[in-house]
Amino acid sequence: MTLVVFAFVFWLVAWRMNVVLANSAASKTRLIKLVVPIIFGFTILVVWELVVRGFNVPMVILPPPSTIADTFLAKLPILWKDFIQTFVKGALSGYLIGCTAAIALAILVERFDFIRRGLLPVGNFLAALPIIGTAPILVMWFGFDWHSKAAVVVVMVFFPMLINTVAGFSEPTAMQRDLMKTYSADPWQAFIKLRLPAAMPFIFNGLKISTTLALIGAIVAEFFGSPTLGMGFRISASIGQLALDMVWAEIVVAALAGSAFYGIVATIEKGVTFWHPSQRG
Amino acid sequence: MRRSFLPIIVVIAGLLAIWYAAVVPMNIKMALTAAERSGIAVTPVGAKERRDRSAMLLVVQNTFAIKDTFALERPRLPAPHQVATELWNSTINKKITSKRSLVFHGWITLSSTLLGFAIGTGLGILLAIGIVYNRAMDMSVMPWAIASQTIPILAIAPMIIVVFNSVGLQGIFPKAIISAYLSFFPVVVGMVKGLRSPDQMQLDLLKTYNASSSEDFWKLRLPSSMPFLFASLKIGIAASLVGAIVGELPTGAVRGLGARLLSGSYYGQTIQIWSALLGAALLAAALVALIGLVQRLTLNRMGMS
Repeated sequence: MTLVVFAFVFWLVAWRMNVVLANSAASKTRLIKLVVPIIFGFTILVVWELVVRGFNVPMVILPPPSTIADTFLAKLPILWKDFIQTFVKGALSGYLIGCTAAIALAILVERFDFIRRGLLPVGNFLAALPIIGTAPILVMWFGFDWHSKAAVVVVMVFFPMLINTVAGFSEPTAMQRDLMKTYSADPWQAFIKLRLPAAMPFIFNGLKISTTLALIGAIVAEFFGSPTLGMGFRISASIGQLALDMVWAEIVVAALAGSAFYGIVATIEKGVTFWHPSQRG
Repeated sequence: MRRSFLPIIVVIAGLLAIWYAAVVPMNIKMALTAAERSGIAVTPVGAKERRDRSAMLLVVQNTFAIKDTFALERPRLPAPHQVATELWNSTINKKITSKRSLVFHGWITLSSTLLGFAIGTGLGILLAIGIVYNRAMDMSVMPWAIASQTIPILAIAPMIIVVFNSVGLQGIFPKAIISAYLSFFPVVVGMVKGLRSPDQMQLDLLKTYNASSSEDFWKLRLPSSMPFLFASLKIGIAASLVGAIVGELPTGAVRGLGARLLSGSYYGQTIQIWSALLGAALLAAALVALIGLVQRLTLNRMGMS
């Protein structure tokens, strides 16, 4: 019980600290902006640990963070193999194929205004559907190994990517297109010099949305059948054994992989669309 | 909308045509095996012979089997009309209390979707208000709310189901938690943006009127956040439905759209999978359309559209 009281006190102290920091004169500086969320995150971990230990919550309901960290370090080789199977083979290859295909199709239909006007609403509709449900079908078609996971990822990222790219290509204003015409640019030049760069913020928006979708698709597809490795397989197998610390360790891997993937794409975006108002800040 | 009516029809017709065209090579081997069994001459004899042949070649050599590929009982890829027939049979032609009725399963999924969506949206709006009015909360929580969008949250779904099961909670509540979790963050992020959307000029105007901070909220911030709220509600409800469906997978649930997908994949009932999928798609479309309608009515009434 003392642990729980201590958790409560710790929470109060940390929150007070954040209130003081956030309302201090220096709250606009980079350092404070970084420190405040870190204190908050750290507090949650400490309170979690203390409450779980204080109330003796059973391992099968919620393991404390320290146990999760131990499992993470101890099972690093297994986690790494799962990561390779699910992320590198399944998610990443599917992501590359799906995004390339969507951008290629968008470029193909870019000239045909008629198709574009039909494709945009239909694509919008398809992007909102629970596409993850195609996983059992694709597992049936492509077998249990990573090929079927990549296929699920392709289907999942395709439509968000397509609508973003198509929307991006129609971004240039009539004024800008007229300017290209006065330069007597042929369609190809107008595409390379005007439409493609103007579409880049939209394309990267699609690429960023797709990073999360890719990882979700690869993990959930493994619930429908997989070889005996992979993050989704490990999650469902460990739940069967009530080894929740292992499940949490996989979730940590998924979280790290997801944010790193997003971060990398966002960094590339910063380099490519440095001219865009949202990047100049 | 009217301008794009014809293009939409053309694109949908194109998709259906691709689907029908894909059915023939996908199912040709199964159709030929079935035909051979019933004593019809098939060009390379024996299923083993045919296994490594390209599907296209088989189609050309056995043109008589093309119509069979659209009528298999367990095709690799069912034709659109087969799916539509199954969907019709399992919705309109069945009593809704029947275990084979898709309406019955759809309702199971829908109820936990809606419960979760209501919880997630309510909490999301509350947190957004807290974030907008409390600086410390803004600085501590907001970065995590944004970062959490890059994390594949859905991976936690099976664990939530099992943990709630082990403390004795079953049925729609654990699934609703997943739905709530998935709709929570889009609503927080959208609503914070919305509550901050009034510009300095408008805030200053209210200050010159000597408005209290609750008047500031009810008369300016809340009304101007509505377009943002509805945009995130549309994302949220679609995510909630996905969450409820995925929540039905890990425990081998016997009821719900996710359970239909799972049992279909266990027993190779492809037409059942496709019709459940189409049912889920129609449900998602209906929910998003419903929110769109509420949005139009509300914004019209507020004079914002």
